[in-house]
Formats: sequence, structure tokens, C-alpha cells
Amino acid sequence: MLTIRALKTPLIGPIDLTLAPGSCTAISGPSGAGKSLFLRAIADLDENSGNVALNGNAREAMPAPSWRRKVAYVPADSGWWAERIADHFEIKSGLGEQLESVGLGAALSWDVSRLSTGERQRLALLRALQSDPEVLLLDEPTSALDPVSVELVEALLQRLLAEGRTLLIVSHDPAQPQRFGAKCLRMERGLLAAAHSREAAS
Amino acid sequence: MSGYLALTYWDVVAASVFLVLNAVFSILLDLGLVRTLVVSALRMSVQLLLVGLVLKAIFFAGSVLWTLLAACVMMAFAGREIWARQDRRLTGLWGPGLGAAVMLVAGTLVTIYALAGLIRPDPVWLPQYALPLFGMVLGNTMTGVSLGLDTLHTALARGKREVEAQLLLGRSYWDATRPFSRQALRTGFTPIINAMAATGVVSLPGMMTGQILSGVDPREAVKYQLLIMFLLGGSTGLGVIGATFASLWRLTDARHRLRLDRLSGGSS
Repeated sequence: MLTIRALKTPLIGPIDLTLAPGSCTAISGPSGAGKSLFLRAIADLDENSGNVALNGNAREAMPAPSWRRKVAYVPADSGWWAERIADHFEIKSGLGEQLESVGLGAALSWDVSRLSTGERQRLALLRALQSDPEVLLLDEPTSALDPVSVELVEALLQRLLAEGRTLLIVSHDPAQPQRFGAKCLRMERGLLAAAHSREAAS
Repeated sequence: MSGYLALTYWDVVAASVFLVLNAVFSILLDLGLVRTLVVSALRMSVQLLLVGLVLKAIFFAGSVLWTLLAACVMMAFAGREIWARQDRRLTGLWGPGLGAAVMLVAGTLVTIYALAGLIRPDPVWLPQYALPLFGMVLGNTMTGVSLGLDTLHTALARGKREVEAQLLLGRSYWDATRPFSRQALRTGFTPIINAMAATGVVSLPGMMTGQILSGVDPREAVKYQLLIMFLLGGSTGLGVIGATFASLWRLTDARHRLRLDRLSGGSS
């Protein structure tokens, strides 16, 4: 259970949100509304105030690296610091199958420079899964993917949900939250609100 | 004194004849260099003549206070130069303060060690030894520190995504910035390493040349030059390491965040 109370940075908030284990929550909203900043603040990557806790354990009570291994944030544009893809992964059992499952079985022997945006996006997600996080904060995880890859990634996310992990997804695709049975929220000018239902909007 | 031949001011003026010739060429070929050439030559002349007068006065006064004051002025100029040579700078007092503080520690430490422990003039602060030595130490440390900081700040600003990707995977700021701090240290060390490698083969170092011209046995001059080069290398190293890690510490925080908000400027 991830609880967020009065989370605030100079640009967003205060935001309150509770995420139950095994649940999926989707955030939509115009660009510049602060969706990515919100995810960054949860991951403690920008200065912020407020209380964030995982299963009752306050974020500040643990070192930031430990927190980020449990609450993993995957930005929309991933960073790669070495030339070879294999250098970004811890080679352990199960990694091969995971790569297969998103259609990138051979990727470990490649160089980062040959990756397409969509390939980077999928590899960045798998990279974040290596620390076995309880909560995943995903910033537009399928924005650069072709329909087949979207299906593969969504199947992976479904498996993660079934394992009891918590997902918080920023998505511009209105159909995606429905496929996950996600609770839909809308962000505007740094504040979070329940999304208007379709009927009310029309 | 057998070896030393004093120059008259006319000798100095006559030495500039080739420089004047360059200016004439520049006018003939329309290179547009005359102005810069003349301004920098005049500026150099004024600066050096003034320094000559000031040094003469300080040597004559033989006062520890005036010597210290001169050292402080040199330090302030060097600190300002470090600040000016960075494309991106730390905000607030850290910007000018870090370079000056690092040089105060590294430069003073090395200079005092050399004066009190090795050269041992009497008195130990004798301006004829202290000021030229301090000047050489400062000049080299300044070059190293400004290169190191400039490299670190530019690399971090451009590599924000790479650093944050590692932080997000649960690495410490120390590990995530390691390639950049290494790069900064290497760049900061490069000039002094190059100087050590080339010294004596291509050109004779200025100080050694000066001693030889004033009649000192070349073997003695070499000993002095070696001593100076070791001191310069030591001081530059201390300064570069201190400045790089202090700046890295300032640009991260206890929650392992990259704090580029504490960095300003940047023309690219």
C-alpha cells in the first residue's frame, strides 16, 4: 500500500493519493500539467514536501536508493549510460524469458545506439523490474510502441498486477486504463482530480 | 656578478620591432588584428611595469603584512579567474567561493610547506621567494581547478538523463556520477601532466631559463625547477580533487538527487 499525503513541490500539489496492492491507477491530462513531476516527486527525485509511505514505512526512514528500488519510476525518455545494453542489466535467471516476452530476446548483445525509441522503452521497463519493485510508476510506457508490442507490454503489466504489484500509469490512450480496470484520475495545473466520466463530459 | 647582463629600456623597446612588423603586415593584409595586438601588448606592458614597481616596493618594505596583502590580492584574482572560466557555475556564494577556498587551502599549504620545509629563506616569508612561488602555484592550480569544474558542470548538465536513470535504479549519487567525476579529474590534471612530460625537451621552463640567464649553474637551476614542478603538480592535484568533489557534493543531496537547480548559466 502506497500512501501519499500532501505531496507538494513548487510546481505541483498538494496531492493525496492511496494505491492499494495489486491495483492500477491511470493519470491523464494535458502536457505540462505536472504528471511527470508528480511521479518524480514520489520517487524522491526532486525536492518535495509531504508524507509518502510504503506499507506504513515512511520514505524518509529509508535511504533514497532503497526507496527507489521498491518504488520504481520509469520515465518516458530513458537514460543509457554505457554503450552495450548488457551493461545496464544484472544478468540473472529469468531475464532471458522476460526479454522474450516483450519481443527483444536477442537485445542483450546489442549496442544502445542501434535501439529504436520503442525498444528503449521496453528495455527500460525490464531494467526497472530487476530490483523487484512493489510499486511501478510508469510514464507513458507504451507511447512509442507498435500495436503488437503494446499487446506484449500490456500482457507483462497484467502479470505484474496479478503478482500483487501496484501500478501508477501516465497514459494518453483513453482505452488503456479500461483494459487494466484502472481507476482513472486527471491532472490539471498540478492538481489531481477524479476523471470526468464520459457521460458527464458529453 | 659574472653572468647577468642588465637591459636598458631601449633594449626592451627595440625587442618589440618584430611585433610592430606583424602589425604592419596585418594592416597590409587587412587581417584586422592590429587593434587586439596593440591593446594586448600595451596591456601587458602596463601590467608588468606596475608589477615591477609593486614588487620593488614590497621587497624594499620587507614587511610581512605587505607580503600577505600581495598574496591575498593574487588569490582574489585567481579565484575570480576560476569563476570566469566556467560556462556553468554553482549558484550563490558557492560560485566564486569554491574556487577561492580550494586554492586557499591547496596553494597555501603547498607554498608554506615549500618555504618552511624546503627552501627555508630567512625570514621564511621573504617576499623575493614567497611571492613568485605562490604565484606559480596559484597559476597552475587555477588552470587545473577551472578546467575540472567546467568539465564536471557541463558533463552533469548534459548527462542529466544518464545520471538520473542510474539513481532511479537505486544507485547512489556517488556511483551514478562516477564517469563524470573521473572525466573532470582527468581534464583538470591534463595540463600539469603535459607540462611535466614536455618540460626540458621542447622548451626550457621560464623560471629555469631566468636562473640560467642570471648566471646560475644549470644543474642548480634544474634542481629548483624540479622542486617547483613537484610542488605545482601536488598543488594542482589537491586543488582539482578538492574542487571536483566539493562541487559534486553540492550538486547532489542526502536523498541522492541530482541538484542541477544549484547550477546556473550555460551557453549551450
